[in-house]
Amino acid sequence: MRFSLVLLFLMMLAPVSTTLAENDPNPFNRLFVPPKERIKTLKDDGVHDPQVPGLDLLQQPADAFKPLPTSSGGNYVNWVTALRTGKIKPRYSQADPKLEAMPMDMFIVMEVKGSMPNVSFPHKAHTEWLECTNCHGEIFVPKKGANRMTMAEIMLGGKCGICHGSVAFPITECRRCHSEAKQAAKTSTKPKK
Amino acid sequence: MKAITLHFKGNGLIACMAWAITLLILFSSSAQAEYGDVVLNNYSSDAGVRPVIFPHWFHRIRYSCKSCHSELGIVFKAGASKIDMAKIVNGEYCGACHNGVVAWSVENCDLCHSAANDMPTQVHMSTRQILLKGDAK
Repeated sequence: MRFSLVLLFLMMLAPVSTTLAENDPNPFNRLFVPPKERIKTLKDDGVHDPQVPGLDLLQQPADAFKPLPTSSGGNYVNWVTALRTGKIKPRYSQADPKLEAMPMDMFIVMEVKGSMPNVSFPHKAHTEWLECTNCHGEIFVPKKGANRMTMAEIMLGGKCGICHGSVAFPITECRRCHSEAKQAAKTSTKPKK
Repeated sequence: MKAITLHFKGNGLIACMAWAITLLILFSSSAQAEYGDVVLNNYSSDAGVRPVIFPHWFHRIRYSCKSCHSELGIVFKAGASKIDMAKIVNGEYCGACHNGVVAWSVENCDLCHSAANDMPTQVHMSTRQILLKGDAK
């Protein structure tokens, strides 16, 4: 039984790998755009007007991203690693060139309903870029457990979704937030013997 | 065969399906430009110029988020800061750097006003834009 399944699987794979023509109506992951095709030049990115004089003066994203550590979504750049490894050195303050960030190293674990792991929110990665009042004011109450949110809300641009899904890594990177395993006792549905 | 079906039984299956659908919706758009590019068209089209493209990626390489989003008072919502040329010339918002000293000054119109004509205000390729199509502010 198992052998025949493996054989069937291999038979299904074979034609895909050998006849991957451009006009293949059934490519693997049909609706996904591979990263290599994602970063276009500004002239044909669909947003810039190709007629704009001086468009050539602007930096191409592909050039800027070349030396930076990669990730699997958004700009395909791991911005946090880029910052920590010194690949980029963004000035912390526009007004004061000498001002340095004062990161706060504190995790907030948010318990999650449903089957995903809990969210472990790293203050450090956020305070390297932002200051407290960016979030603690109108967006998040500075009290653990006081900020209830849903993925639907985040997808529509609320709470974490103000940045995650528009400039910080997108919400398709599930496990970068949902990274803290739930305690087995809490999630187990098996009856105790 | 039984082992395979058992593996996906329970809440996980529903969650997986929900996310598979979400992912399909997210990736099915034909967007090409860089993630996070903000198109600003509060006043541009009415004034007969191209809308502005703000490349987030370019600026975050050079400045922290808070440089603009707290020191310069730019709010976390495309178009909501209502930035116009008078404010920029006065040194507010973009004008804090785009003054000919730190970055190019306002006479280089086309370098910022570079979007295709009549493109609406949006955060390009944002989840919200992809899910809601037209209403992406």
